[in-house]
Amino acid sequence: MQRIFNFILNNKNAFLYVVLLLFCLVVTIRSHSYHQSRFFNSSKWLTGTILSAQTAITDYFHLKEENQRLVKENEQLRLQLFNDGNLKTQDEVPTGAFEVINARIIKNTYASPRNYITLNKGETDGIEQDMGVITPLGVLGIVENTSAGYATVQSVLNTKSNINAKIRNTNYFGSLIWDGMDYDVVQLVDIPRSASVTVGDTITTGAMSSIFPENIPIGVIKKYDLNQNQSSYTIQVDLFNDMANIKNVYIIRNKDRQEILELQKSTNAN
Amino acid sequence: MLTSPIALNTIRFVLLVLAQVLIFNRLNFLGSINPMVYVLFFYWYPIRINRPLFLFLGFLLGFSIDIFLDTMALHAMAALTVAFSRPVLMRFCFGANFEFQGFTFKSTTKVQRVTFLALLILVQHIVFFTFEMLSFSHILLILKKIVFTGILTLVLCVLLSSLFATETD
Repeated sequence: MQRIFNFILNNKNAFLYVVLLLFCLVVTIRSHSYHQSRFFNSSKWLTGTILSAQTAITDYFHLKEENQRLVKENEQLRLQLFNDGNLKTQDEVPTGAFEVINARIIKNTYASPRNYITLNKGETDGIEQDMGVITPLGVLGIVENTSAGYATVQSVLNTKSNINAKIRNTNYFGSLIWDGMDYDVVQLVDIPRSASVTVGDTITTGAMSSIFPENIPIGVIKKYDLNQNQSSYTIQVDLFNDMANIKNVYIIRNKDRQEILELQKSTNAN
Repeated sequence: MLTSPIALNTIRFVLLVLAQVLIFNRLNFLGSINPMVYVLFFYWYPIRINRPLFLFLGFLLGFSIDIFLDTMALHAMAALTVAFSRPVLMRFCFGANFEFQGFTFKSTTKVQRVTFLALLILVQHIVFFTFEMLSFSHILLILKKIVFTGILTLVLCVLLSSLFATETD
């Protein structure tokens, strides 16, 4: 026993190194297959405060650009509204399954294989895990962790990301994933061989998810190949979003999600 | 002013974390190159050290950056390994006499110091990018990232270390 203690004491640095390294490995590798760590992420109070203090300053440099973007989006929405003939006054809130909450990005990365985005809204604004996040141009990601005032989002540019998507105006759907290579291009896999795929077609979210509403744009088909066993297509999708330059986002809340999940759970249990 | 090494290193620690998170990780030079300049902490840290404390500080430095950047514990792993391998790298660069009392950074040549810094950066980048990908099929991408990010980190660190040159040690 004495010898073991002496051995440990003599090599205490190596032991300390191994213990700390093991901790790091557990945190890193666990999050490969499971969610990002609930305790160590940038949605926490201290990190959120520092990051939002920084964006409070840097945002001023993009105000004009951001304004133009918002006006353009409004113009497009107006156009849709007028032509659908369903105008409402400001205090008449449309009823339906989906609610929208706006938020601002306070941290965005796109250079690593697993990118997370931090937003300046959290639980006090009604944000929960697994809500969809979009921009005026297209899909951005899914909420992963929340604190009182901040939330982290698993970006579509994350090798763990997996979003249900389809080719517009067809019902062929597949999974949207990212191979970690290029931050403009994501992959749509599992589209069956019988689908007619053309370069330039639009990819939108599918109806198979309770997170996003159907038909939210994602990108256009850049090129496509059959996969290794020749049974389905692997499609390279050019994103509509410029992932390096995003400021304002919308978080989508599906009021029916809980009910859908419970129903699916009880169906699976039987 | 900052004569106490504890105060000096605490301030360095905080400033390096903030600089890394708020400035250098937003560079995205040529699309995706973000230099990891916090390695300067290990370059500047006094030579005669309490090793367990140094290891723990390295871990803490990396982990604080990880929490800001949502990189799990990758920076912690890299920083910890850099801290652990520092004595070996010092012996390699400065010869065995770095352990003697009279040894200071001033008595080393510029080439020795840059080599030392470059080796610290190499260790840090190899650990970081290998565990970031964690896949052998991406070995070329990993090497590419190590080389390009490493070069930019080295250039910035040499510039920063001459800008904030310290007289002590």
